[in-house]
Amino acid sequence: MVENRPWLDFLAHAILLTGVVLVAFPLYVTFVASTLTYDQIVTVPMPLLPGDQLIENYSQVLRAGSTKGSAAPVSTMLLNSLVMAVCIAVGKIAISILSAFAIVYFRFPLRRFFFWMIFVTLMLPIEVRIIPTFKVASDLNLLDTYAGLTLPLIASATATFLFRQFFLTIPDELAEAARMDGAGPLRFFRDVVLPLSKTNVAALFVILFIFGWNQYLWPLLITGSESMYTVVIGIKRMISMGDAANDWNLIMATAMLALLPPALVVVLMQKWFVKGLVETEK
Amino acid sequence: MEKRVVFRSRWLPYALVAPQIAVTVVFFFWPAAQAVYYSFLVQDPFGLSSQFVWFRNFTDLFASDSYLESFKVTAVFSLLVAVSGIVISLLLATMADRVTRGALAYRTLLIWPYAVAPAVAGVLWAFLFAPSIGIVTYFLRKLGVDWNWILDPEQAMLLVVIAATWKQVSYNFLFFLAGLQSIPRSLIEAAAIDGATPMRRFWTIVFPLLSPTTFFLLVINIVYAFFDTFGVIDATTQGGPAGATQILVYKVYNDGVKAADLGSSAAQSVVLMFIVVALTVVQFRFVERKVQY
Repeated sequence: MVENRPWLDFLAHAILLTGVVLVAFPLYVTFVASTLTYDQIVTVPMPLLPGDQLIENYSQVLRAGSTKGSAAPVSTMLLNSLVMAVCIAVGKIAISILSAFAIVYFRFPLRRFFFWMIFVTLMLPIEVRIIPTFKVASDLNLLDTYAGLTLPLIASATATFLFRQFFLTIPDELAEAARMDGAGPLRFFRDVVLPLSKTNVAALFVILFIFGWNQYLWPLLITGSESMYTVVIGIKRMISMGDAANDWNLIMATAMLALLPPALVVVLMQKWFVKGLVETEK
Repeated sequence: MEKRVVFRSRWLPYALVAPQIAVTVVFFFWPAAQAVYYSFLVQDPFGLSSQFVWFRNFTDLFASDSYLESFKVTAVFSLLVAVSGIVISLLLATMADRVTRGALAYRTLLIWPYAVAPAVAGVLWAFLFAPSIGIVTYFLRKLGVDWNWILDPEQAMLLVVIAATWKQVSYNFLFFLAGLQSIPRSLIEAAAIDGATPMRRFWTIVFPLLSPTTFFLLVINIVYAFFDTFGVIDATTQGGPAGATQILVYKVYNDGVKAADLGSSAAQSVVLMFIVVALTVVQFRFVERKVQY
């Protein structure tokens, strides 16, 4: 703090608190709605204090989905989301750390070409090439499979760039010493590069886990059977009718289940999250 | 920058890049090439035969009112999301940078919406603003506002802007906070000793020093509004009413998946690819300048 200005401190706290309340308001209403009965929700205005249906609503959606929209159990969806998020995060990290290592620590004829090939994909979000990608996936018989859910989302330039930037900062002396001691490239990778990359891997994992968990358009297209729905898709499938006719209490319980895991990851692994976010985008 | 010390192997580097290149070729280049190919074709309604029509899909697109309307909608939407997101998060970050007590708690409570999927954010806000049962709708009615985004185009736009901005504020906030914390304290202190008020210090020192961050966030937010908000739109307005919130990405999906007009959808994909490339170039130009700066 530069100087003592009590009114300014007061103003700062007031603005921050307003921000926190505005940000949290939808979450609070969602939570309250997930503890009410259907009849309580459709009374206008709905109660703003939690009801007593918490256990009923959550066990209903976990076991058998909603009663009016899709009846797929949310527990399966949560498992699908988890598999998808972990596969995407691990897959992305694995393939990009290897390719970044090759591009930084080797000189080979097609190096620049490969680098640019990966670089170009930085520019192409899946939303843009959605229909042809869907065709490719269906030609490869990947519809309704975990491979189809994850593989098209695994290739990304961002992680490769992050690792490349990081590898360039590893002192040359380490590689020199390793070579003098007779270590080959793979040994060097396993014993020096991997341990040094630990914090980057952790930070990236947090970001990519959230990225994978929150995917929407791609799972929407590629999953046809209810047993493959992710939880984000599941919510959408429960909203089948207009406005008041949906089981909003059950939808909101599902929404809570859909947003809690990534939100917990952000809050509990805040340090890695902030590092990952600020560094991957720079 | 290149490494001085490298390893030698004839096959190993290829084996190491192979997985990434394979996935990239199969799921990026092949689909992108197909998008370009389809964009030159017109298919009959049953998908049985197709005809090569050169640029007709593109000329049709730019002659169609609904496409131009979608462009306008996208421009308005992304500008509103980017500007309001940046203004709100800059205000919050400046305040968070000032307070000493509870700074970490504020940060924690402000960043979690980043973890919420755009589609889920859409569902939450659609519920709050639901025309018949929404709690916010109820309060708005009490204030005399007749709220029904299902029928009113401007309210529909406002709803998707709020949902999209709510989710993005946390992201901008973290970048602004990092930017603020990297400004040397001595600069601010010197200005304070010279008698500059906090307001004046902000506009003459802090804001100019934050301009690289602001510009970076502007590009990132526009990209976000262009592409990542698909879930927000699909979970709330689905492009309605009457196309009032149909952004370009949503139209690609609508025309390609729902209306099964492959040629037009592919042409739209190609146009979008050009936009992404342009935005990326802008961003990299800027990043390079920042490195020198």
